[in-house]
Amino acid sequence: MSTMTQTTVQVYMVFIKATPEEIWDAITKPEFTSRYFHGSQIDSTFVPGTPYRSWSPDRSKLWVEGDVLDSDPPRRLSHTWRSLYDAETAGEEPSRVTWEIEPQDGGFSKLVVVHDQLEGAPKTAESVSGAGWMMVLSGMKTLLETGEPLSS
Amino acid sequence: MNDDPVFKALADPTRRLLLDRLYERDGRSLTELESELEMTRFGVMKHLRVLEDAGLLVTRRSGREKLHYLNPVPIRLIHDRWIDKYTERRVSALADLKHELEESA
Repeated sequence: MSTMTQTTVQVYMVFIKATPEEIWDAITKPEFTSRYFHGSQIDSTFVPGTPYRSWSPDRSKLWVEGDVLDSDPPRRLSHTWRSLYDAETAGEEPSRVTWEIEPQDGGFSKLVVVHDQLEGAPKTAESVSGAGWMMVLSGMKTLLETGEPLSS
Repeated sequence: MNDDPVFKALADPTRRLLLDRLYERDGRSLTELESELEMTRFGVMKHLRVLEDAGLLVTRRSGREKLHYLNPVPIRLIHDRWIDKYTERRVSALADLKHELEESA
């Protein structure tokens, strides 16, 4: 098996047959995140300077914590990210996640997720690469296009 | 979006090699990628363009440089669409067998 060298910038992109507003809702509303984002419950007002929090499905554990840096619904959201779901990642420096949504032809939107400033968070970088963001984004696409979460 | 550009992009050894290079180290410039291939700059650019059109890589500007990032999401979507549906159980049995045979070899 080859191992991937973790970089401090990761970029993911997906085309989704949905409006930017629908994608914004999928990112910012717990009734959506619970169906594609590892069952997590998003909890934020998305006002810059306020917390970005993601809870376990029963809201007993805080999985991700950060601060909203920049918010321009339904086109752009940027926030810091600390992975609290794992003891190894919880002590690392915060990194940054930016969501960019661009409308395309034919009823599609392009969603780009940039996870960067990972210099002080190598374990987080490893955790979100590979299946991490890839599963989240393919799950969001399936949910928005079919109304059903991914089966597995 | 349809799968054709992804399958077409993957149906070329140079393009698969470029993806493997980005998998090893992501966020590379054309100059870096070009230095590892025995091919003209123009040839590498053409292959990168096909990969970008298929969504298998995303480019971002960093100062004066254009950096190339591997985007594995389309491969995941092909997995969801094709592997899960038809062959996951059989493929994983064969993958286990291959793994076992190679381990013992």
